[in-house]
Amino acid sequence: MNGMSYKTQRKLVIIGFLAVPVLLLLTFTYYPAVRLIYYSFTDWDGLNNHVSWLGIDNYREIFSNPDLFGVFVHQIPYVVVGVVQNIVALLFAVILNSKLRGRNVFRVILFLPFIMNAVAVAFMFQYVFDTTTGSLNSLLGLLGLDSWKQSWLGNTSIVNYSLASIGFWRFMGYNMVIYLGALQSIPADMYEAAKLDGAGRMQTLWHMTLPNMTKIIQLNMFLTLSGAIAVFDLPFVLTHGGPAGASETFVLKTVETAFQFNNFGLASAMSVVLLVLTILILGLQNLVIKRKEG
Amino acid sequence: MKKFDPIQSIKYVLLLLGTFAVFFPPYVVFINAFKQEDEVSGPFALPRSFLNFENFRVAMERAHIWQAFGNTFIIIIVSLLGNIVLGTMVAYAVGRFEFRGRKILLGAFLFATLIPAITTQVVVFSIIHTMGLYNTLYGPILLFVGADVVQIYLYLQFIKNIPYELDESAMMDGANLFRIYRTIILPLLGPATATLVILKTINIYNELYIPFLYMPKSELVVVATSIQRFAGNNQAQWGYICAIILVIMIPTVVLYLFLQRYIFSSVTSGAVKG
Repeated sequence: MNGMSYKTQRKLVIIGFLAVPVLLLLTFTYYPAVRLIYYSFTDWDGLNNHVSWLGIDNYREIFSNPDLFGVFVHQIPYVVVGVVQNIVALLFAVILNSKLRGRNVFRVILFLPFIMNAVAVAFMFQYVFDTTTGSLNSLLGLLGLDSWKQSWLGNTSIVNYSLASIGFWRFMGYNMVIYLGALQSIPADMYEAAKLDGAGRMQTLWHMTLPNMTKIIQLNMFLTLSGAIAVFDLPFVLTHGGPAGASETFVLKTVETAFQFNNFGLASAMSVVLLVLTILILGLQNLVIKRKEG
Repeated sequence: MKKFDPIQSIKYVLLLLGTFAVFFPPYVVFINAFKQEDEVSGPFALPRSFLNFENFRVAMERAHIWQAFGNTFIIIIVSLLGNIVLGTMVAYAVGRFEFRGRKILLGAFLFATLIPAITTQVVVFSIIHTMGLYNTLYGPILLFVGADVVQIYLYLQFIKNIPYELDESAMMDGANLFRIYRTIILPLLGPATATLVILKTINIYNELYIPFLYMPKSELVVVATSIQRFAGNNQAQWGYICAIILVIMIPTVVLYLFLQRYIFSSVTSGAVKG
C-alpha cells in the first residue's frame, strides 16, 4: 500500500473495508426483509419451489382469526409488569443515588439476575412456580397465606403474569443501573442550588430529578413496549404456549406456523405485521422524544 | 449521636426486600442441588450433606455440559473476533472518509438495528440451509457476526471522539491508511471494544433460539440448549435440574464479581445509544 497515493489508498480502504460487511448486511437483513414481504403474499411451505400467489389472504387471515392477532391480548401483562418494573427500578436508582452505606453492595446484588443465563433462570422459576413442590407456594404456606397458593403456570388467567414476573426479576436491576447512570449525570450543583432555595427532599425529587430523567424514562418505556410485543422465549421454554394456549404470544405463533405447520407464507405475513408494529412504536418514540426537545 | 431517620430506614427495608427477592430463587436451587431423590421433603429442608456431589456428576454427564461449554466458547470467541474486525473496519471507512452513498450506507446500517431479527428468521433459515450451514457451528456464528449490527453504531460513536489530527500527523510521517487503522484507530477504539465484548458475550451466552433452530444435532449442544434438553428429559427431577442450573450460573456470577465495574459502565454506555 505504501507506494500508492492517499487518493488510491482511500478508494481501496472504502471498498475493501466495506465489501464484506455490506454483503452480510444485504444477505442477512435486507434480502430476507424483501423476501419476507414477497412470501407474505404467497402460500410458500418453506421447502418447495412451487409458490402460488394469494394476494392479501394471509393478512386477512391474521386480522380475522382471533387465534392469531388476538394473542396480543396475552402480551398485555408483559406491558403492565414492565411498567411496574420501570417504576421499581427508578425507585431503587433514586435510593442508591442517595447517601447510603453499602450502596455498591446493593447495586451488585440487584443487578445480579441480569448476568445469569436466561434459560437457566427460566428453569429456576419453573421450580419457584411449581404447584406441588415449588418454593413460592411453600413460602406462602410458611407465611400462613395458604389461600394465595396457586398453580402459577397452570392457571390460564395468571400464567402470563407469572411469566412476565420472571422478566421483572431478570431486568429490574438492568433498568436500575441505566437510571442510576442517568441520575449520576445530573450535575451536583443543581442539587446545591435547590438546597439553597430551601427545597425539601421530595420537592427536589419531583421538580428537579424526575424532569431531568424524562428522556431516559421514555426510552425505557418504549423498550418495554417493543419488548412486550415480541415476547417469545419464556413461554417457548416453560409453557409452550399452554395451558390451553393461554400463554401463546404472537412471535411464538409465528414460529409455530412456520416451523411446525410449514406455513411459511402465513408466518411471513405475521412477521411483516410485527415488523410494521415495531417500526410504528419506534417512530412514535422518536416523535415524542423530539417534540420534547424541540 | 445519630438521629433516627425514618426515610433512611424505609430505604434499607426496601433494599433488603429486593435482596431477598434476588436471592430467594437461587438459594432454593442451591440447597436442592445437593438433595438425593429419597430426601425430598419440601423445598426449604436442608440436604443431608453439602458434600454430596452425586446430582452434579449425573447431571453434568447427561447434559454434556463440557461439550456445551466448549461449543459456546468457540461461538463466542469467533463471533466476537468477527464483530470487532468488521465493526472497526466499517467505523473507519464510514467515520473517516466522505464518499458518494455514505449517508445511505449509514442509514442502511442504522435502520437494520431496528428490525427485530426474530421477524426475518423465517427467510434467514432457508438462506442458512441453502448455504449448507445448517447443523454446523458456522451458521450461528455467521448470524451473530452478520445479522447483528449494533457494534457498528457503537464504534461510530466512539470514532467521532478520536481526533482526526492523529490520522493527519501519521500521514505526514508517511504511514499508509491500513497502518493508521491498525496502529491508531483500532487501539483507541479499545474502550468500545470492551463494551462490545461484555454486551455481546452476555447476549450470545443467553441466546437460545438460534442454536435451537440451526444446530439440533446433539454434538452441537451449547449451554442454553443443553439445559433445555436436559430439563425436558428429566421433568420434575429437581435435584438434577438444580444441579445443572448451578453449574451454568456459577461461572458467570464469578466473572461478574470480578468484572462488575466494567459491566456497569458497558451497560450504561450501551444504553445511551437507544
